Amino acid sequence: MKRLFVLLLIAASSIAAKVAGPGYKVGDIATDFKLKNVDGKTVSLTDYPAAKGYIVIFTCNHCPYARAYESRIMALDKMYASKGYPVIAISPNDPAAIPEDSPENMKKRATEKKYSFPYLFDDTGLTTRTYGAKATPHVYVLKKTAKGNVVQYIGAIDDDTEGTNIKNKYVENAVNALLSGKNPTITSTKAIGCSIKLKAI
Amino acid sequence: MTQIRLFLLLLMVVFVFQAKAQQKAVRLLTIDQLEKRVSHQDTVFIVNFWATWCGPCVKELPVFDQLQKTYKNQPLKVLLISMDFKSKLNTAVVPFVQNHHFTSEVFLADKSSEQEFIDRIDKNWSGALPGTLVINTKKNLHKFYEQEFTYPELNKLYQNSK
Repeated sequence: MKRLFVLLLIAASSIAAKVAGPGYKVGDIATDFKLKNVDGKTVSLTDYPAAKGYIVIFTCNHCPYARAYESRIMALDKMYASKGYPVIAISPNDPAAIPEDSPENMKKRATEKKYSFPYLFDDTGLTTRTYGAKATPHVYVLKKTAKGNVVQYIGAIDDDTEGTNIKNKYVENAVNALLSGKNPTITSTKAIGCSIKLKAI
Repeated sequence: MTQIRLFLLLLMVVFVFQAKAQQKAVRLLTIDQLEKRVSHQDTVFIVNFWATWCGPCVKELPVFDQLQKTYKNQPLKVLLISMDFKSKLNTAVVPFVQNHHFTSEVFLADKSSEQEFIDRIDKNWSGALPGTLVINTKKNLHKFYEQEFTYPELNKLYQNSK
């Protein structure tokens, strides 16, 4: 009986590992999604035919680190949407676990702050699992190519969440490099963030 | 005159004690210092990374402190390392720690680079909080858990790491 239980446990954990997946690495082709925006309409990457790429950001309402970056996220869209790299923000948290991240509260925040970019709700958590985002805020810079949307950068927005002594604006540098036809020098970074609470499958 | 002197002396004593209390409550810790600390043989280190602003972290901190209390006579060291901004030491971290009266040692990560700090703790850590590192040098054990713990889960982890 005990053995059976252990076997079951191994089976269950391997399934869980499979579902969670390692997520994307730089160079992978990122899948498109169809997620509901705060205005009630759905948004996909294909809705941007003129885009050269995308700045996909997993972020949320409640996380103090995400909030610390909110104005920098808004600035990124203002800076790069017109150049072909719009910001697409995705909130991954299960509102049952974190009520502050409910679609209603997302809508409130986006309206109050006048977000110029979509703020999508990953209600199933599938997109977040596929991309492999673990914490907010977490950025994926994608470049549109004939093969698909290639992941060019994964990680933090810059090297100082507090914003008092920023030495490296990772996302800006990555997008600037792509805009001038080069590959980003720094392609993945890590930073402290709030762990994402996905809805259980 | 003597009264004033006495008063000043008292004031000084109070200041020194306060400074001591603060010092004891939370100390700064660099990654070099942490690596040196946890390399100590014959001790199991359970290092929890948390922040005052992180809800799930604050919720599970008592679980870690309970483990340290329960096994205070065993070679177990629970270290609680706050990843709060250094600028929040006196305004957020110290008051929080003073309110909680932890038995475990509490530190504030002194990180020149967040990236380097995270990578040197564990390559697999995304940076999400909370996170827990278990080290037993004698058993060559170094494992990072990017998850929350209940007391039974943590206790089991400790028993398996001894």
